[in-house]
Amino acid sequence: MGILLLITKPLGIYLFQVLDGKNTFLEPVLGPVERFTYRLLRVDPRREQGWKQYTAAMLLFSLVTMVFTYAVLRLQDHLPFHGIIDGLLNKTAITPDLAFNTAASFTTNTNWQAYTGENTMSYFSQMVGLASHNFWSAAVGIAIAAALVRGIARHESGTVGNFWVDLVRIHYYLLLPICIFYAAFLISQGIPQNFKPYDTAQLTEKQTIQVPKTDASNNPVKDTAGNVVLQDQSVETQSIVEGPIASQIAIKMLGTNGGGFVNANAAHPFENPTPLSNFLQMLSIFAIPSALTYYLGRAVKNQKHGWAVWGAMAAIFLVGVITCWKAEADGSPNLYRNGVVQTDGNMEGKEMRFGIFNSALFATITTDASCGAVNSMHDSFTPIGGLVPLFNIQLGEIVFGGVGAGLYGMLIFVILAVFIAGLMVGRTPEYLGKKIQAFEVKMAGLVVLVLTLSILGFAAWAAGANNFGAPDPVTNALTNGTNNNGPHGFSEILYTFSSATGNNGSAFAGIGANTPWYNTTIALATLIGRFFMIVPIMAIAGSLAAKKLVPAGPGSFPVDGWTFIILLIGTVLLIGALNFLPALALGPVVEHFLMYTGKLF
Amino acid sequence: MAAQSRSIFDPKIIVPAVGDAFKKLNPITMIRNPVMFVTEVGALVTTVEVFASQESKAFTGQISVWLWFTVLFANFAEAMAEGRGKAQANTLRASRTQTTANRVRDNGQTEQVSADQLRKGDVVRIIAGEAIPGDGEIIEGAATVDESAITGESAPVIREAGGDRSSVTGGTRVLSDEIKVRISANPGESFLDRMIGLVEGAKRQKTPNEIALTILLSALTIIFLLVCMTLLPFGKFSGVDFSPTVLIALLVCLIPTTIGGLLSAIGIAGIDRLVQKNVLAMSGRAVEAAGDVDVLLLDKTGTITLGNRQAVEFIPAPGVTAHELADAAQLSSLADETPEGRSIVVLAKQQEGIRGRELTQLSNAEFIPFTAQTRMSGVDLDGQSYRKGAADSVRAYVGGKFSSEIDAAVTAISSKGGTPLVVATKEKALGVIYLKDIVKGGLADRFERFRAMGIKTVMITGDNPLTAAAIAKEAGVDDFLAQATPEDKLAYIRREQTGGRLVAMTGDGTNDAPALAQADVGVAMNTGTQAAKEAGNMVDLDSNPTKLIEVVEIGKQLLMTRGALTTFSIANDVAKYFAIIPAMLLLAFPAIAPLNVMHLASPNSAILSAVIFNAVVIIALIPLALRGVQFRALGADALLRRNLLIYGLGGIIVPFIGIKIIDVIISALHLV
Repeated sequence: MGILLLITKPLGIYLFQVLDGKNTFLEPVLGPVERFTYRLLRVDPRREQGWKQYTAAMLLFSLVTMVFTYAVLRLQDHLPFHGIIDGLLNKTAITPDLAFNTAASFTTNTNWQAYTGENTMSYFSQMVGLASHNFWSAAVGIAIAAALVRGIARHESGTVGNFWVDLVRIHYYLLLPICIFYAAFLISQGIPQNFKPYDTAQLTEKQTIQVPKTDASNNPVKDTAGNVVLQDQSVETQSIVEGPIASQIAIKMLGTNGGGFVNANAAHPFENPTPLSNFLQMLSIFAIPSALTYYLGRAVKNQKHGWAVWGAMAAIFLVGVITCWKAEADGSPNLYRNGVVQTDGNMEGKEMRFGIFNSALFATITTDASCGAVNSMHDSFTPIGGLVPLFNIQLGEIVFGGVGAGLYGMLIFVILAVFIAGLMVGRTPEYLGKKIQAFEVKMAGLVVLVLTLSILGFAAWAAGANNFGAPDPVTNALTNGTNNNGPHGFSEILYTFSSATGNNGSAFAGIGANTPWYNTTIALATLIGRFFMIVPIMAIAGSLAAKKLVPAGPGSFPVDGWTFIILLIGTVLLIGALNFLPALALGPVVEHFLMYTGKLF
Repeated sequence: MAAQSRSIFDPKIIVPAVGDAFKKLNPITMIRNPVMFVTEVGALVTTVEVFASQESKAFTGQISVWLWFTVLFANFAEAMAEGRGKAQANTLRASRTQTTANRVRDNGQTEQVSADQLRKGDVVRIIAGEAIPGDGEIIEGAATVDESAITGESAPVIREAGGDRSSVTGGTRVLSDEIKVRISANPGESFLDRMIGLVEGAKRQKTPNEIALTILLSALTIIFLLVCMTLLPFGKFSGVDFSPTVLIALLVCLIPTTIGGLLSAIGIAGIDRLVQKNVLAMSGRAVEAAGDVDVLLLDKTGTITLGNRQAVEFIPAPGVTAHELADAAQLSSLADETPEGRSIVVLAKQQEGIRGRELTQLSNAEFIPFTAQTRMSGVDLDGQSYRKGAADSVRAYVGGKFSSEIDAAVTAISSKGGTPLVVATKEKALGVIYLKDIVKGGLADRFERFRAMGIKTVMITGDNPLTAAAIAKEAGVDDFLAQATPEDKLAYIRREQTGGRLVAMTGDGTNDAPALAQADVGVAMNTGTQAAKEAGNMVDLDSNPTKLIEVVEIGKQLLMTRGALTTFSIANDVAKYFAIIPAMLLLAFPAIAPLNVMHLASPNSAILSAVIFNAVVIIALIPLALRGVQFRALGADALLRRNLLIYGLGGIIVPFIGIKIIDVIISALHLV
C-alpha cells in the first residue's frame, strides 16, 4: 500500500503528460514514431473530437478489433504456430460461440476465459488474437477515463480530445515502454518467453487416474445402466507448458486484463514464479488505476480531490482485504469439528507457495481492479472469503478498478454522491463548478441500472431457466452447469455474471461455462457491461465539457476531505451495493451461516 | 391575508386534505410520480393476494392495508401542501367579486361594462369607492388605493400617473380621488389570477432540480424492481419460494417512498413559505434559482440604510461656537420637513439644548425652500440670512471661498460616507453639519453569514465612490457599484453571469426592468411599475427590498429539505434489509437467525414492521417537509457535515429503532 502510494504521484504526473499532449522524457525517441503513425492513420493530432465522434471512433475501433480476434480464433488451424512448434497438441479451430465469447471478453478488458489456455489456444492466437487486446482494451479504458476527466476539467468546450491520439500516445508512451521492462523482469524471475514445444517430464511417482473408457471410434463406453465406464490409466509423464508467456503476463497485470496464458493463471509457477513476481504483479494491477486518480486531481486542478477519491478507494480495499483474510485464516468450522487442525486456515484451492494472506490479498486486488487474474481458486474460499471478491465486482470495479474503467466508474458514484448530498448544502448540486442536472443524473442512473440489469437479469435467467448442464451426479438436483447446488451453486452463477458484466473476468470456477448458452450470455454481459457503461459516461463527459464553470467559493460543494470520502464510500455502498444484498444473502451469506450448522454444498 | 402564518395542523386544511388523498389515488394522476405509482400497483396486487393466496389472510391483509396507507399518506402530504395554498387562493378569490367598469370610449364618453369584458388597451375611469376592475397603468390623475386584498397591509397607498408608482392591481379599491387607467391584462391573465394559480399550485411545473431528482428516484425504483423480480428465480434455484406479498413488501420498503411521497409537497410548501412572507414567485424555478444565487445586488437606500440620513455632529468654523452653529442650523431647518431637516432640529436640542421654536412665533421670518437650482434652504430672519446646503452651493453663496478648516471638515465627512451640509450666513460659513447614512441594524452580521455561504453582496448606490465605499465598509458588503445607472446595473449583472454566477436583485422603476429581466432572480416591488413587475420573476407585496435576503434563504431551505429527505430515504434501506431479508430466508434456512440483528419476533412481524415503519415515516416527516429543514447560514463544508450526520447517519439508525418498536407493539397485540 505504501509503495502504491509512492508510485501514484510520479506515475500520475507522467500520465498527465501523456494524456494532455505534453512532451514526456521519451519524446526524443518516440516523437517521430508517434508523428509517423498519425500520418499513416491520416489523423490530424490537433483536431479534437466532440463526445459523439470520440465515442463513435471508440466503438468502431472495438468492433473492428473484436471481429479481427473472432476471425483469428476461428481460423486458428490455418494460421501459424498451431501445433507445429508446440508439437504435443494440435490446436483446432475454435467453436463460434467460444470464439465470440473470447473475442468479446478480450475486447472489453474482461478476459473471461471459458477455455484452457494451454490446451486450446495456439501461440499465434495467444499473441496476435488475445495479447493484442490486452493492450488495446486497456488503452481504450484509459482513453475514456481521460475523456471524462477532460469533460470535467474543461468548460464551454465542444470537444473532449481525440480518440486516435489518445490511443496512440497511451500505447507508445505508457503501455509499451513499461511492458518491455516489466516482461524482461518477469523473464528474470523465471517466466518462459519462447516458442518452444511443450516439454514433457517424467513423473517421479507414477499416478493412476480413472478416465472414461473409450471404444475404437473414441466414443465413451457405457454400461447397461447407461453410466460411463471408467478405467484405470497410468500417468507417467507430465506436459510442461512453454510459450511467449512473460510478455503476456506483463500487460495482463498492467492493463488489468487478467487473461492468463495457462488455465491456472497466476497460480501457475510459470505465470507467477516467485514472491517478488507475486508482489509486483499485484502492484502492477493497481499502478495505473491508482495513478489515474492523481491524474484526475492534476487535470481538474484540485489535487485534494484526486487524493480523496484515492482515499475512498483505499478504504474500501483495506476493509475487503482484512475481511477476506480473516475469513480464510479462520478456515472452515466443519474441519475443526472433525478434528482437522487448520493452522494455516482454509488452504483449499490455494497455492502452497502463496498461503492465506497473499491469496486473500491477490483475490481482493484482482476483483477490486477489474483484472481477474487469480492466484487461487475463489470458488474454494470460505463463504465470506468468497463474498469479498464477489462484492468487489458488484460494486462496479471501482476500487482502483480496471485501467480507466475504475476511474470513470468511480466518477459516476462521485456524481451521484454530489447530486444527492449536494442539495443538502442548499444549492443546485455542483461537481467542481459544474452543475449536475437532469441529463447527468439520467446517464449516471442508466449506468447503475444497466449494470444491475445485466448481472441480476442474466443470473436470473441462468438460475431460473431449465438446466443448461448435467444434473448433479449425486443428488440429481438441477445445477444449471454449476459444480455445486444450493447457495454455493447460486454464488457460482452470480459470480459468473457479475464478473462478466463488471469486465473482471475472474471466475468462481466451479461452473462449466464453456457451453453455447453460457458462452453467448457471458459475451453479451461483457459487452453490455463495457459499452452500455462507456456511452452514457461519454455523454456525461460531453455535457460537462459544454457547461459553464461556476467559480469555487465557500458555498461550493466540498469534494475533498474526510466528509467527502465518507460520503463517497456511503454512496458506493448504498447505491452500488445494496441492490445486490438480497442476492448475496441467498448465496454466500446463507452459505456462511449454514456452514456453521455443518451443511455443505 | 397572506401575512398571517398558518399552523401546520389547521383542521380547516387537514379535513379536505384527507378527502383529496383518496381522490389522488387515480392512477392517471399517480403516474406522474413513478415511486408512488409502483407502490399503488403493489398495494393493488397484495389486495388481490389476500383473496387469491394460500397464505395467512391476516398477514397479507395487513400488509395490503399498510401499503394503501403508504400511498394515502403520500397523497395526504401533497394535499396538505396544496391545501395551505388553496386557503390563500380562496381569500384572494373572494376579493375578485364581479365588478363593473366605466370604459372610456374614443369619443371620451363612458359606458358601463362588466369587468371580464375588458381587454388589454381599454381605458377605464375609476372614482372613489370603486374597485379597480383589472391590472393597469394610471394614465391620468392620482388616488389613494387600498391594496389590503393583495398585500394584507391596511394603510392605503398613493398611486399616480407617470413615474414609478403608476401601476394598479385589479381587485384593489380606490379610496379617494379619480383616476383613468389603461388596462394591461386580459381577464384570466391578471396579476390576481396568476397569484391564485400560483398559490393553488394548479399549473405547477416541476422545477429542474425536481426533475433531476425524479429521474434518480425512478432509476432506483426500476433497479429495486429488478432486484425483487430476480429474487423469484434465485429463490427457486436455492429451493426457497418467495410469496408475491413478501416480495412486494420488500420492494415498497426499498424504493425511496419517503422522498417520493414528499417530493411534491416540499416544492409546494417552498412556494407557500414565500407567499407567507408576502413574496409571490412566478414559478417554482425562480424559488430554486434563489437558492443558487451567488451575488446579491442590494439597493443602498431602503435595503442597507434606513431611507434617510441623520445629523450626528456639528463642526463649527474657527471663531464660531458650537452653540452658535447649532442655533443657525436649527433656524435654517425649521421649515425643512424632510427627515434630515428634522434630525438637525433634534440634534440641536440634544447637544446644545436649543429649544424648538414655533414657526408661528417667527412672524417676520421668510422661509426659503429647497430647490433643485439653489440646492439650499434656509430662512431670512430679522435682516439676517441663514442658509444650509451642499458645500458647492453654499460656497458660491458666501462668495466663493471657505476657510481651510471648513474645506477639511467637508472632505473628512465625505470620505466617511457622510453628507456634509454647510451652514452659513450671507457673510461667512459658520460650520458643517455631519449627516450620516444610518445602516440598518444586524445587516453586517447577516452579510457575514452570507459570505460564509459563498454569497457575495453588492451595494448599488447613486452616491459618489468615496461615500459609497465608506457605507459599504460600514454595512459589511463585499462590493459596491457607485453612481450606478440602470445601464451600469445591467452591465454588472451580465459580467457576473458570464463568470458563471447567478445574480439576484430588487427593483421597482421602469428603468430597472431590463436588469430585473436579466437577473436570475428579480424581485419587483409591488409599488413599482407594471413594467418592473413583468420583468421580474417575483413580486414582493410589502415592497421591502431587504426581503431579497429572506427569499434566498427560503430557496436554499427548499433545496436542503429535498436533499435531506432523499438522503434519509436512501439511508433507511439498510435497516429495512436487516428486517426483511432474514425474515424471508428464515423458514428455508433457519441457520440465518443471527442475521436478525434486531431480534424481531417472527418473520411475519418483521416484514409487517418494516412496511408499517415505511408508511408511518411519511406522516412523521410531513411537518418537516412543509416547514423545511432548519436553515443555517454555514459554509458548505460545515453544512454538509451537519446534514450528513443528521439525515445520513440518522437515516441509518432511526429505522432500526422504529422497526424494533413497531415489532414490539404488533407482537404485543398479536397482530401476526
